[in-house]
Amino acid sequence: MFLKQYIKDVWGAMKSLATGMKRTGYYFTHHKEIITEQYPDNRDTLVLPERFKGEVVMIHDENNEHACTGCTACELACPNATIKIITKFDVDAETGKKKKAIDTFVYHLELCTMCNLCVEACPTGAIKMAQTFEHSVFDRSQLTKTLNKPGSKIREGVE
Amino acid sequence: MWSLSNIATSIDQWLNETFNPTLALILEMLIAGVAVIGLFAMLGLILVIMERKVSAWIQIRLGPNRVGPKGMFQSLADTVKLLVKEGMTPGGSDKLLFNVAPFVAMIVAMLLMAPIAFAKDFQLWDLNIGVLYISAVSSISVISILMAGWASNNKYSLLGAMRSGAQIVSYELSAGLAVLAIVVLTGSLRVSDIINSQADGWWIFKGHIPAIISFVIFIIAVTAETNRAPFDMAEAESELTAGFHTEYSGMKFALFFLAEYVNVFIVCALGATLFLGGWMPFHIGTWEAFNHVMDYIPSSIWFFGKTFFLIFLIMWFRWTFPRLRIDQLLNLEWKYLLPISMFNLLLVTLIAILGWHF
Repeated sequence: MFLKQYIKDVWGAMKSLATGMKRTGYYFTHHKEIITEQYPDNRDTLVLPERFKGEVVMIHDENNEHACTGCTACELACPNATIKIITKFDVDAETGKKKKAIDTFVYHLELCTMCNLCVEACPTGAIKMAQTFEHSVFDRSQLTKTLNKPGSKIREGVE
Repeated sequence: MWSLSNIATSIDQWLNETFNPTLALILEMLIAGVAVIGLFAMLGLILVIMERKVSAWIQIRLGPNRVGPKGMFQSLADTVKLLVKEGMTPGGSDKLLFNVAPFVAMIVAMLLMAPIAFAKDFQLWDLNIGVLYISAVSSISVISILMAGWASNNKYSLLGAMRSGAQIVSYELSAGLAVLAIVVLTGSLRVSDIINSQADGWWIFKGHIPAIISFVIFIIAVTAETNRAPFDMAEAESELTAGFHTEYSGMKFALFFLAEYVNVFIVCALGATLFLGGWMPFHIGTWEAFNHVMDYIPSSIWFFGKTFFLIFLIMWFRWTFPRLRIDQLLNLEWKYLLPISMFNLLLVTLIAILGWHF
């Protein structure tokens, strides 16, 4: 029985190796499927995969409104303190009630590992990963970014 | 008809007419040496670009495409870069052994060129123990690797060299037994005899299943012996800090690199000679007309075609299979390849004695 198993092992190994070689042989003979991007040459037509993670951005609509409630879930989710949210209190003009809102959404790109945990943590879908990737600058302080645009406010109905 | 042996003969005649026989012999040796070095340089350039293109196509990439038409001069540019790089000798290393090791690797490769028949009647030295000579000399290459690892005065290099040495020594057994299968069938160790015995068909067809098994074992064993993936434990990337040549830089590293590629060429040439008939055109038994048509293709083209086919096969392995762990690698040799090749040798002997081959 040992010998039977032994021959079976050898045969199975040869067969699985042949399967692998068939696959790569197919790739070798089909050059049209090439996935290389000729990067600096094709800046205009560059197509990045959908799931590519370049940097964290906040989504603003055409009225300069965002969906960030300042709940700091992203700040807590971040493993290396990339995000710092400074909150303030908006006073409602009609009712006089105070409401928590963000003053500044500080994002340290130089610390970010693009782990996507902040985007996962956000309950309102206010931030997402952008596809930009040419981040080099001469001064490190330029990498500290404020994500909410000046004068932007929270969208109506987002709690 | 134009052929390499005609050129060699006319050079020989001209030298013997012009100079006295001793001087002519010395000049011929010099020419042969220069030709071998030139062949090495060409092989280095061609095989590196071939490897990169094959790997790119297999992995759906483009590969080098900047220098020259379709990136064909890339390896030339790499050579220039390696030439101008500083060849460092680390402090604390054994300076003599450290600097000699790459040359030992190259000299072993050069010695192996001697009995290889590149075309009909075109061979440096047709000694009567050609195959034994190749298997004996090729085992010296392990010394250069151990030398390099030891002299580097670096624990990782030493471990890499030991690993590599264990691998080469173990796989040499299977390679030797696979070679022996053809020697048994032919009944001669002389390279020209082995090639002539395949005039009515190559051994891989004539020798039935045992010949195919020993061919497969030969290819696997020589892939391991030349330290190539999936058996490249010696120079896995960062996780093993690049095996025995960690401390080498510039041209000294390039010599090891070149020796690896030349070794690949040599073992593929040997495989082509033993199993695929060397320079012998594709002949089928007694089909005179068919055989005659095949003879019109020059023998050097047959030889290099077969050799490069085998090189392509080994490259195909490299870019398809994942790397083996050291215990898996030794398992494969001692538990599978060696028993199978021993049994296979028995089978081949039976076939040879009973005359069951064609």
